[in-house]
Amino acid sequence: MTAARPALVTGGGRGIGRAIAVALAAAGHPVAVGYQTGKQEADDVVAEIVAAGGQAMPAAMDVTDEASVDDAVTAVERELGPIAVLVNNAGITDDGLFIRMDTDRWRRVLATNLDGAFTVTRRVTPGLVKARWGRIVNVSSVVGLLGSAGQANYAAAKAGLIGLTRSLARELAPRNITCNVVAPGPVATAMTDALPDARRAALAAAVPLGRFAEPAEVAAVVAFLCSDPAAYVTGAVVPVDGGLGMGH
Amino acid sequence: MERTEVVDAVYDACVELLKADRASLTEATTFAEDLDADSLDLVEVVMSLEDRFDLKIPEDDLEGVETIGQAVDMVVARASDAAST
Repeated sequence: MTAARPALVTGGGRGIGRAIAVALAAAGHPVAVGYQTGKQEADDVVAEIVAAGGQAMPAAMDVTDEASVDDAVTAVERELGPIAVLVNNAGITDDGLFIRMDTDRWRRVLATNLDGAFTVTRRVTPGLVKARWGRIVNVSSVVGLLGSAGQANYAAAKAGLIGLTRSLARELAPRNITCNVVAPGPVATAMTDALPDARRAALAAAVPLGRFAEPAEVAAVVAFLCSDPAAYVTGAVVPVDGGLGMGH
Repeated sequence: MERTEVVDAVYDACVELLKADRASLTEATTFAEDLDADSLDLVEVVMSLEDRFDLKIPEDDLEGVETIGQAVDMVVARASDAAST
């Protein structure tokens, strides 16, 4: 069993984040569904959670903007109480071959996927330290370990999350705060739906389990890492990739 | 701000956060050796002082702070800076 501790999921309105928000709510956490652009989607997730008997609220935030994050976290903590569980899931892709990748494209992906996790975690961590309890899960990707042609920016950001997480795991362990990474492989979301059919088929064929993950399959692992029984797991990079990244 | 008020506040933080015995504390008490505090403990003490006195203490101010007296000096200096701006 897991105590009902308030959780914030960034990028919680769609895809993997949506599934994580739903899974954490099902585990008894009041959940703040962070979103930047998809207000309707975030409202839908909140409605779904509430209809299932859970507690949730939407939380508008731009993870690249410190003031926006501060305002959102303040509002969440006023309504749900001090955040005890943080899932940094907000992420974007902006793919292109490295040789043609301009600095803006590089920076934009790093700003959301890596700096964003820093900014939100930085805002939430003092409360976790005070409470002497916390769970931080950062959503990385198998490409952070394997690399990915056309995704140098995304892979660099996702690899960066691993270094961030493991440093935090060491710093915060004395305060009973665990910090872990999940590294999904290809997941059936709008992000991967946008890929050409041939690319999707090739990706699925490269996965030993031969298919994309459902978002709920990633969310189940995140929910475990956020639970009381996961108290002795910290600094881990947990693959949820159908075997794609084995050995990395 | 009275210096004695800050001393009391630092003592409070040491008792609450570092489980120190209040009767044993003096301005010469060292965080690391006497109170077995690590760097994160010291940051927590500073955060509680920031909250109590509504101050922002820059990271650089923590350099060289080893004793309770030095922590008091740091807060007093920041408070007088804040009051004069």
